Amino acid sequence: MTQALPTHKASQWVTVCSVEAIHPNMGVCALVEGKQVALFRLGQETEVFAISNYDPFSRAFVLSRGLVGDRKGTPKVASPIYKQNFCLATGKCLDDENVSIPTFPTRIVEGQVQVGIDKIESQL
Amino acid sequence: MGFTENDMAAKKNLIVIGNGMVGHKFLELMIAQKATEHWNLVTFCEEPRVAYDRVNLSGFFSGKTAADLSLVEPGLYQEHGIHILIGDKAVRIDRMKKLVHSSNGGSVPYDKIILATGSYPFVPPIQGKDAQGTFVYRTIEDLEEMAQYAKQSKVGVVVGGGLLGLECAKALQSMGLETHVVEFAPRLMPMQLDDAGGQILRAKIEALGVSVHTSKSTTEIVSKEGKVSKMLFADGSELATDMIVFSAGIRPRDELARACRLEVGERGGMVIDEYCQTSDPDIYAIGECALYNKRIYGLVAPGYTMAAVAADNLCAPQTSKFMGADMSTKLKLLGVDVASFGDAFAQTPGSKEIAITDAVQGIYKKLVLNGSGNRLLGGMLVGDASDYGNLLQLVQNDIALPPHPEDLLLPPREGKPAAGMGVENLPDNAQICSCNNVSKGQICRAIQENSFTDIATVKKCTKAGTGCGGCVPLVTDLLKAEMKKAGLEVKNHLCEHFAYARQELYALVRTYRIMTFDDLLHQHGHGLGCEICKPAVASILASAWNEYVLEPVHAGLQDTNDAFLANIQKDGTYSVIPRIPGGEITPEKLIVLGEVARDFGLYTKITGGQRIDLLGARVDQLPYIWERLVDAGFESGHAYGKALRTVKSCVGNTWCRFGVQDSTALAIELEMRYRGLRAPHKLKSAVSGCTRECAEAQSKDFGVIATEKGWNLYVCGNGGIKPQHGVLLAEDIDKETLIKCIDRFLMFYIRTANRLERTATWLNKLEGGIDFLKQVVLDDCLGICTELEQEMEYQVSTYGCEWKATIEDPEKLQRFRHFINSSQPDPNLMHVEERGQKRPAYEHEKSVLGRSS
Repeated sequence: MTQALPTHKASQWVTVCSVEAIHPNMGVCALVEGKQVALFRLGQETEVFAISNYDPFSRAFVLSRGLVGDRKGTPKVASPIYKQNFCLATGKCLDDENVSIPTFPTRIVEGQVQVGIDKIESQL
Repeated sequence: MGFTENDMAAKKNLIVIGNGMVGHKFLELMIAQKATEHWNLVTFCEEPRVAYDRVNLSGFFSGKTAADLSLVEPGLYQEHGIHILIGDKAVRIDRMKKLVHSSNGGSVPYDKIILATGSYPFVPPIQGKDAQGTFVYRTIEDLEEMAQYAKQSKVGVVVGGGLLGLECAKALQSMGLETHVVEFAPRLMPMQLDDAGGQILRAKIEALGVSVHTSKSTTEIVSKEGKVSKMLFADGSELATDMIVFSAGIRPRDELARACRLEVGERGGMVIDEYCQTSDPDIYAIGECALYNKRIYGLVAPGYTMAAVAADNLCAPQTSKFMGADMSTKLKLLGVDVASFGDAFAQTPGSKEIAITDAVQGIYKKLVLNGSGNRLLGGMLVGDASDYGNLLQLVQNDIALPPHPEDLLLPPREGKPAAGMGVENLPDNAQICSCNNVSKGQICRAIQENSFTDIATVKKCTKAGTGCGGCVPLVTDLLKAEMKKAGLEVKNHLCEHFAYARQELYALVRTYRIMTFDDLLHQHGHGLGCEICKPAVASILASAWNEYVLEPVHAGLQDTNDAFLANIQKDGTYSVIPRIPGGEITPEKLIVLGEVARDFGLYTKITGGQRIDLLGARVDQLPYIWERLVDAGFESGHAYGKALRTVKSCVGNTWCRFGVQDSTALAIELEMRYRGLRAPHKLKSAVSGCTRECAEAQSKDFGVIATEKGWNLYVCGNGGIKPQHGVLLAEDIDKETLIKCIDRFLMFYIRTANRLERTATWLNKLEGGIDFLKQVVLDDCLGICTELEQEMEYQVSTYGCEWKATIEDPEKLQRFRHFINSSQPDPNLMHVEERGQKRPAYEHEKSVLGRSS
C-alpha cells in the first residue's frame, strides 16, 4: 500500500463543503483533486476526520458509508463491506496491523471544511 | 541450466522430481525456511502446468479452470530463484556421477534429490481395456480428454467405488452423463466403510441419480467400431456404456528408483526411513510414491507431513521424524458427508461397537469403543459428519467417555446441549485449529496471560480460527471457560459500549420509553457506540416504536444497507428488490421492472424468495429508480433490513388441482401484515396450499401449510448455513387463530432473542424448547399474550413505505450521491458484460479496463 511518492509539508487546502453538510456520525465522500476522501464528524464535535475512501479489503470506494464509533476511545469507522475497522486519526486498520490507509489534514475556515491534499502517501 | 559458476560453487543442488501437490508443498516449505540461500532448487514438472489441487479435480467440471485449481502463486518460483522445468521429465538418475538426465537430453548435477513422483492410476488387466473411450482420472489432461469424449456420449461408467471413484462419478454426472459406478467389493468405499455404512452411502448416491453396481468383476470390455460399447461381468450380466473411467486404486511411480536400484517395496514404492530418506541417503522420497513401514499413504495430508520432515532434515539433519500418519478422513462425496477415523473397523482386540442406522434420513454413525467401553478408538460417519472434529479429538486425546457413550451419536434435543463433548474436557495438547495447528493449551495460555475477554483478540493473537473458521465455536467456548475460571462473569454484553445483552436493552427501551440511541447511550451505556451496538439499537427502536429509520436521530445508526435502503454489493453498488407480496405480480408491474432495469442498466435476477433483484444500481441512481417503482405502485421490499423479507407461496387451490386452501391469498395477507417488521435478524416465511409443501414452508422462520381443516403453523425453520426444519406449533387452526399465534410468536422472539440470532438458533437455546414456546404462545403461561398482540398491532398500524417517505423528502435525497462536492458518480466502478448483462469487473479485468484513479 505504500508507494514512494514525494511528500511535501506544504499543504494545499481545498474547500469541499460546509461543516453542517457533514451530519454528525455520518460520513460523506468528497472529491479532492481527483482523490476520493471520506469525511466524518463524531458526536456534536466540529472536528472533521479525513481518510481515504478506498477500502483495501473490498477494493471498493465505500468507507464514507461505514458506521463510525469508537474502540476503547479510539475514533474509528467500520467498512460497510467486510466490517474491518480503521482508526479515523491515523488510518491504521485496527483488525489487521499490516494494513493502513492514507489520512488527510482538515481545518475549518469560516464554517467551510478544507482538506489538505499534499500530505499524501498514495491513494491506492 | 542457467546457473553461474559462482552459484554453483556457493550453493548445493537440490532437485525435486515431480511438481504435484506434495512436491510443491516441499518447495513452499523450503522457501519459508529461507533454504534458497543454501540450495539451488530445481524442479522437474512433466505435466504442462505447475502444481494444482488434484484433490478437488472434479471442480474442473463444475466451472473451475486450471488456473483456479493451481496451487502456485504466479511468480513465486521465479521470485525465489527456483528453476522449474515445465514439460520436462526426469528419465534417469545416475547415482555414480550424481546426475539427473532429462527427457530433453540434458542433465543436471545434484547433491540431493527429492522424489515426489506421486502415483499412477491402476488399470486392471481386463480384455479390451485399451479401446477408444476408456480413461483414467489423474491429471487435468485426463479430464480434458474425458470432457471432449463425453460430448458424444450418453452413458459413463466409473470402475472403482472408492474415494476417487466417487469423485470421478461426480465429474461424469456434472458432464450430464447417465452415470454408473462399478465396484468389485460388495460395498462402496470398502477401505473406509463397513457394510452398513456402505449401504447408506449407496442409497444416498443412488438417490442422486448415480447407479451403483457392487460385487461386479469386469471380465471384458466389448467395443463396437473401435469404441467402447459395453462391459461384461463375471456373473454373466452386462452394462452398455459409451465411456469407461478407471479409478481402481493407485500405484506408486517408482520407475526411476527401480532403474537406479534404490530399495522398493514388493508392491512398489520407494522404501523410506523416518527421515524420509531412501536407501541412498542423498535421495529422499515423499508423498504417495514413498513406502514407510510397508505402507503407502494415499492422502495429501501425510504427504504434506513428509514434505515438512524432508525439508526440516535438509535444513538441519535429523531434526524431525515421520512417524506414520493418521488416515482419518472427512470428505464430501457427491454432496454426501463421509468420515472414517481411528480404528474404524474395530480391529483392536476386545473392542466393541455402537452404531445407529437411520435409513429415513440417510445417516449411519458407528463408534468403536475399547473393551471397557470408556474410551473411543475410532468410528465412521455417513450422511452427517458434523461430529467428526469432536469425535476425533476424543480418540486422539484418549479422553474418558461419558456414562452413556451412545448419546454421542444422537443429535442434541431441542433446547439441550449436545452430550458430553464440552471443549473443557479436552487435554491441553488437543489441536483446536487444524489450519494453523494451534492447541488448546496455546489458546488457554494466551487467554490467561493477556487476560483476553473477547474473541477477536484471541484470534488475532493465536491465529486460531483465522483459517477456515470452523473452530471458532470451540475457541469461543474456551474463552468462556477460561473467563469463568478466572472468576470473570461471562457476560452476554452487546459490546464495549453497553454492559447489557440485547434482550435487556430491549426491555430498557420499552420500560423507560427510550426513543433514541443517544438517550440509551447516555443513560445506560458509554463511549460513542460502534458498528455492533448502533444497528442493534436501531433495530430495537424500530421493533418497539417503528419510526422511519432515516429520521435524523436514527439515520446514523443504520448499517449501510438500511442507511441507503438497498443491499450493498462487493463493488459498493446496491441491489434493489421491491416487494412482490406472495410472489404474485401483474404483467404490467413485471413490465415496469423490466423497463426500469433496462433504462438504468441493471443486472436482473430472480431471487429465492419469489422476487426480482435489480443489481448494480449506483447510490445516486437509487432515488430515480425508486421514483419510477413507487409510481408504478411498488413498495420497499426490506431486502436490506433485518426485517420480514418474503412470504413465499404456491398457487394454492385457485389453480392447483391438489391445493386445499388459497395459499397465495394467505401469503399476501401475511406479507402485508408483517412487512417492514424489524427483528433481531431477518425473517422469512412461506405458505403452502397442501401437504406437498411446494412453498417449502418448513424451512422458514414461520411457515404455514394448508390442511383440509385449516392451517398448520411451523416455526423456527431455517435454510442457510445450518439448515433446520421448522417444528409444528399449532395444528388445524383457522386464519384468525393463526394470525394471533404468529403475532405472539414473532413479538416473543423479538423480545427475547440475541442480536443477529435467527429463530432456529433462538429456539435451540430457549430453555424448555418447543414445549415452553407452545405454553407461552398457546396457553399464555407468562400472561403476556395480550401485550404481545398489542405490540404487533402497533407495528402493523404504523407501517409506512420507507422508500416513499424518502423520495418525498428533498433533504433525505441529498445523501444519495457519491460525492458531497460533485455530482459525478463513483469513477472507479467498472463493469463487464456477461451473458447479455453487466457484472462487476474482477480485479484482473480492472487492470485491463484501466483504473481511473
